[in-house]
Amino acid sequence: MLTIRRDLVEAMVAHARRDHPDEACGVIAGADDGTDRPERFIPMLNAARSPTFYEFDSADLLKLYREMGANDEVPVVIYHSHTATEAYPSRTDVAYASEPFAHYVLVSTRDPEAHELRSYRIVDGVITEEPVEVVESYEFTHPGQDDPPQE
Amino acid sequence: MAVTVSIPTILRTHTGGEKSVPAAGSTLAEVIDDLEANHGGIKGRLVKDGTLHRFVNVYVNDEDVRFSGGLEAKVADGDNVTILPAVAGGAR
Repeated sequence: MLTIRRDLVEAMVAHARRDHPDEACGVIAGADDGTDRPERFIPMLNAARSPTFYEFDSADLLKLYREMGANDEVPVVIYHSHTATEAYPSRTDVAYASEPFAHYVLVSTRDPEAHELRSYRIVDGVITEEPVEVVESYEFTHPGQDDPPQE
Repeated sequence: MAVTVSIPTILRTHTGGEKSVPAAGSTLAEVIDDLEANHGGIKGRLVKDGTLHRFVNVYVNDEDVRFSGGLEAKVADGDNVTILPAVAGGAR
């Protein structure tokens, strides 16, 4: 399951809408501590500037990974949009997927009124869809912190 | 020539979980052969039909080797070689 803050979902959708009809892409980084929480929104340039393909620019990719390395972050979410098809990984998406611990989020902008947002794990060529839980904050979502503090 | 090679998550199964490993060589091809000698199986993930796999980006220091000779790119003592999977995909 992907648990993600509402403002980050809105940021991904806004980016996808802004770049439509080209595909938009980016990363949401989070601490490399196993908490699996997306925190830092990093929209990336689609170097392909295409309605059917996306690719992080090679220099941007190096800069991004160096930055995440320096911050002890991992790419918790890797997102991109499909602008004329459903939010389901294509064969190309699967061929390129190489972050086994990332949530691959797809946003479809084919409907101008309502977006579709879905999340997947893609490991060794196998697509596994997962539920997306949108939360206002991560404060009470940590395992073992089910009880809200006393007023 | 001794260099340090940064290994991406997906290839760390070949390096016992290590994020970076030492290697030797004066070209990228030699560095990859040296990696393969110590971390069997890694070369096949990087090289296909004698050229770098299209799904992987390799940098010597800040330079993407695609623009500096590919496998024949020169490396010097103390250089950092960074391997990163391309982040790409698309609707087709």
